[in-house]
Amino acid sequence: MWTLFWTFVKIGCLSFGGGYAIMPVIEYETAAHGWMNATQFHELVSLAAMAPGPIAVNSATLIGYEIAGIAGAVVATSGMALPSLVIMALLSLVLARGAELPLLRKVLYGLRPVVAGLIAYAGLRMILPSAAEGVLSWTFLGTLAIAAGCFVAMVKFRLHPLPVMIGSAIAGIVLF
Amino acid sequence: MKRKLAMSLQLFWSFLKVAPTAFGGGYAMMPAIERECVERRQWMERESLEDLLSIAAAAPGGVGVNAAAAVGFRMAGSVGALAAVMGMTVPTFALILLLAFAYRLIADLPKTVAALQGLKGGIVGLIGLAAWRMGRAAVFDVSTLIILGGTLASLLLTAIHPGWLIAGGLIVGSIVIAAKDRLGMRRRLERPRVERQREEELCPEYFI
Repeated sequence: MWTLFWTFVKIGCLSFGGGYAIMPVIEYETAAHGWMNATQFHELVSLAAMAPGPIAVNSATLIGYEIAGIAGAVVATSGMALPSLVIMALLSLVLARGAELPLLRKVLYGLRPVVAGLIAYAGLRMILPSAAEGVLSWTFLGTLAIAAGCFVAMVKFRLHPLPVMIGSAIAGIVLF
Repeated sequence: MKRKLAMSLQLFWSFLKVAPTAFGGGYAMMPAIERECVERRQWMERESLEDLLSIAAAAPGGVGVNAAAAVGFRMAGSVGALAAVMGMTVPTFALILLLAFAYRLIADLPKTVAALQGLKGGIVGLIGLAAWRMGRAAVFDVSTLIILGGTLASLLLTAIHPGWLIAGGLIVGSIVIAAKDRLGMRRRLERPRVERQREEELCPEYFI
């Protein structure tokens, strides 16, 4: 249990850029501890994405649940949220003046490209296993098509993610 | 103490109401948080909230939880921060466990497997969008491009913990900025703004 807690505290501290940028870190730690294999992980991520709430926290909850039931879920989630709490509390004190420090911009300069890389990597990790049967397999192309469709739907038509996700699940049933 | 407790309860309740809007990412929550904190409860000025939100976006952790922690702390110290974060986390926590239960029951049905596969596609689309937006905001000169390339290369080819990459990016970024200053070179800290640029492109953190 302690391991669970501390691992998620560690993850929580590294969770810059939020959301999908955290996934590679979570995946890394999960694999390192041997908690589950890649397939299970991706299944879990899909489930986490379906639920409202930040995907990273949801994943923490699910991983905790998988490993140690409800208690595990509570432990993992708290572990993940704790650093946020502490760091934000400290930061809000320091920046109480409300001045936007140029320091923030400088930090973001080096940080954002890394975050972009993490997000892109998360995406790749999510879709590549579908190419297990070959890049031209129906599974892979179909999934790619759905991904492209969702991308367009959100950019061009400015759809909200929720209907897009539901749509993708339905598309899945239709295609697979 | 009593006031703190009362305030904490209010915080808990307010953030509980905001929590479901978290679907799809941080930005969806922003207007809800603003409405709740600035208009309804009148806890602070809009500008103060916006400052807090930008910090919330840059700090580790999701925007939502960070924002809750910051507002909570501002209003009622650590107890307030705890209450706000719990309000934000508890509903989604319960919901997702429920979902996990339900999933267990239908996990093996072929329809479920198919839906999940489709869902993966959806998520990849979502991730693609987030990556695209973040990439556009993040990469605008050679150095940032190199940092991005280095990150991807490291993730794909090596087993280095992503945490180190974050540290690395920060260090490299600082060195580059300092070097450019020393050499008297012009440098930009962000992509030059074009008029009519949408919110999503300026503050990508809110969308992930």
